[in-house]
Amino acid sequence: MENLLKIKDLHVNAGEKEILKGLNLQINKGEVHVIMGPNGAGKSTLANVILNNPEYTRTEGDIIFENENINDLRTDERAKKGIFMSFQSPEEIPGISVQNFIKSAKVAKDEKPVRIFEFKKNLEQTMKDLNMNVEYSNRDLNVGFSGGEKKKNEILQMLMLEPKLAILDETDSGLDVDAIKTVSKGINMYHNENNGVLIITHGTKILENLHVDYVHILVNGKIIKTADGSLAQEIEKQGYEAYREEKANG
Amino acid sequence: MAKTQVDDINRSIYNIKNEDNYSYKMQKGLDEKIVREISSMKNEPTWMLECRLKGLEMYNKLEMPTWGPDLSVLNMDEISTYVKPKSELNTSWEDVPEEIKNTFDALGIPEAEKKSLAGVGAQYDSEVVYHSLQEDLLKQGVIYTDFETAVKKYENIVKKYFMKCVPAEDHKFAALHYAVWSGGSFVYVPKGVNVEIPLQSYFRLNSPESGQFEHTLIIVDEGANLHFIEGCSAPKYNKVNLHAGCVELFVKENARLRYSTIENWSKNMLNLNTKKVIVEKNGVMEWVTGSFGSRISMLYPMSILKGDNAKMEYTGISFAGEGQNLDTGLKVVHGAKNTASVVSSKSISKSGGIATFRSNVVVAPNADGSKSNISCESLMLDDWSVSDTIPVSNIGTDDVEFSHEAKIGKISDEAIFYLMSRGLSEEEAKAMIVRGFASPISKELPVEYAAEMNNLINLELEGAIG
Repeated sequence: MENLLKIKDLHVNAGEKEILKGLNLQINKGEVHVIMGPNGAGKSTLANVILNNPEYTRTEGDIIFENENINDLRTDERAKKGIFMSFQSPEEIPGISVQNFIKSAKVAKDEKPVRIFEFKKNLEQTMKDLNMNVEYSNRDLNVGFSGGEKKKNEILQMLMLEPKLAILDETDSGLDVDAIKTVSKGINMYHNENNGVLIITHGTKILENLHVDYVHILVNGKIIKTADGSLAQEIEKQGYEAYREEKANG
Repeated sequence: MAKTQVDDINRSIYNIKNEDNYSYKMQKGLDEKIVREISSMKNEPTWMLECRLKGLEMYNKLEMPTWGPDLSVLNMDEISTYVKPKSELNTSWEDVPEEIKNTFDALGIPEAEKKSLAGVGAQYDSEVVYHSLQEDLLKQGVIYTDFETAVKKYENIVKKYFMKCVPAEDHKFAALHYAVWSGGSFVYVPKGVNVEIPLQSYFRLNSPESGQFEHTLIIVDEGANLHFIEGCSAPKYNKVNLHAGCVELFVKENARLRYSTIENWSKNMLNLNTKKVIVEKNGVMEWVTGSFGSRISMLYPMSILKGDNAKMEYTGISFAGEGQNLDTGLKVVHGAKNTASVVSSKSISKSGGIATFRSNVVVAPNADGSKSNISCESLMLDDWSVSDTIPVSNIGTDDVEFSHEAKIGKISDEAIFYLMSRGLSEEEAKAMIVRGFASPISKELPVEYAAEMNNLINLELEGAIG
């Protein structure tokens, strides 16, 4: 299978503190990966560093996307290559409508003008698919949105921008059961054999309707176990305690 | 010995005369001769000349304002060269600085218009636009003409209102304005007439004679309605660098006036403009203003709410970039019962620019039941820019609702990261956030002006110039 993302021996600092301590990960096209782990393990750091959030510094290791080393690329350049992240707490941007924002992003990413009619039709249909009120397309980006609406809006952007790799950073956290189902539906609508999905989560609800290829356990800045989808169920039942001990013993 | 004395006496007589002439011109910069020359060139009635001389007298008496931005860059000895009629005629398109030419290009202003903006002819096109507009309005009895014509053709009405809203004593630059005013607009909307399309002074202000000292006088009679758009909307190149216009507005009973301005003077301009309105009973005044250009601006539109229930709304934005000191704000006098003022101001400062917002609210002892609501938001795009809010109030009655809210913020790194993660460059992301910040103002503008304002923001932030 064709390689999409390859992370080699990645070390990352937040300020002076080392968060990721030699992380390796490979995602091929067509695959769905899940990263689970206790709070503070470095899950969100991983998501953010793949998009070069300036709050984090890569000290060692490589991030390779479609066989190209992207260590030195800016956030927008990485986005244009096809990497997308659904934010844990998306920013509120007053005065810019959802519709105009997505349109601008699409123009920036595709580097060609969008066909307005087609775009609007597509946007409205996608919003309906995600059980979103179509009127939200004219509202200011994330301003006054509930937690659920913000997360759905992230999934909407993912579907509209059609990235090659979608990273979902705890998109399910804080959502009710119906909203989680909608997010899963969105992932299924998005996912195909040519793209990849990386889901960072605490729970298994979001995975219920998805085919998961790999589950990774991230503890203390390293992936300490990788297995198939059943590992998620195991974690759900038993928690991370066993893995912490494993680490302590090892 | 006797001979020598006579020689001395004679010489000293000449000397005095010479010295007098010399000093008069050098020290004052502006003299009566120039003022009379302007008046006679315009073939003005005597009362107007008297107004000018009164202005000159006050100009010589009044001190430079020292409470605001430092105006020492302004060489008052050169005032006479600024006001010399038709000095702009020498300007050619080739003399326009490259930066401004590029701005014109980026804004998509056609070649012919560019030339007229640079002050070389081509105002014929504008004349056509103006006259066709006027014909339509004439049917409704609306008068809209340049100020020189108004002084002759509508002398009685101009005489009744001129200098009645803004007196020459107001401040030094108002006095200067009255001494040397040239060009501008006169609008009269008769009782009950609703002027549906906005009147724009955009075109005529580009004519060579007007510009820096234009006088605008607008009377919206009882129950009438008007939206007037002030014309320094496009980047305007001026070889001289002082703008001291004056705007006198009269909103009669039950009338409504919206006065919109987008100013984008070139960055060598000192914009010391005076604007004032008198609002009668149940009248509504709306100020919409965007200040982008100039090196220094001092602009504080004043509203006198004279009649019961009179209302004023102010929606404004200023953008102070590198080397700019934009000192703006407003003054409102609640002079009658149940009067209201609502102010929403936004300012942006960048690259060391200074944006100051001053508000001065006066509520008279008899203005029971009045309300004043002021909200200012500032956005600083970096650490070395300055943003300041200076509120002053003088409330003469207890029966009043008064609030003042000021917020100062910066663009968060998280917001920039969020937008960049969708493929927007850092500059695009910042411009988008600033456009969003400004959108409550741009929403108030006619669509082409809103588009222009967004373009200006993009130019400032994305560095598309040069």
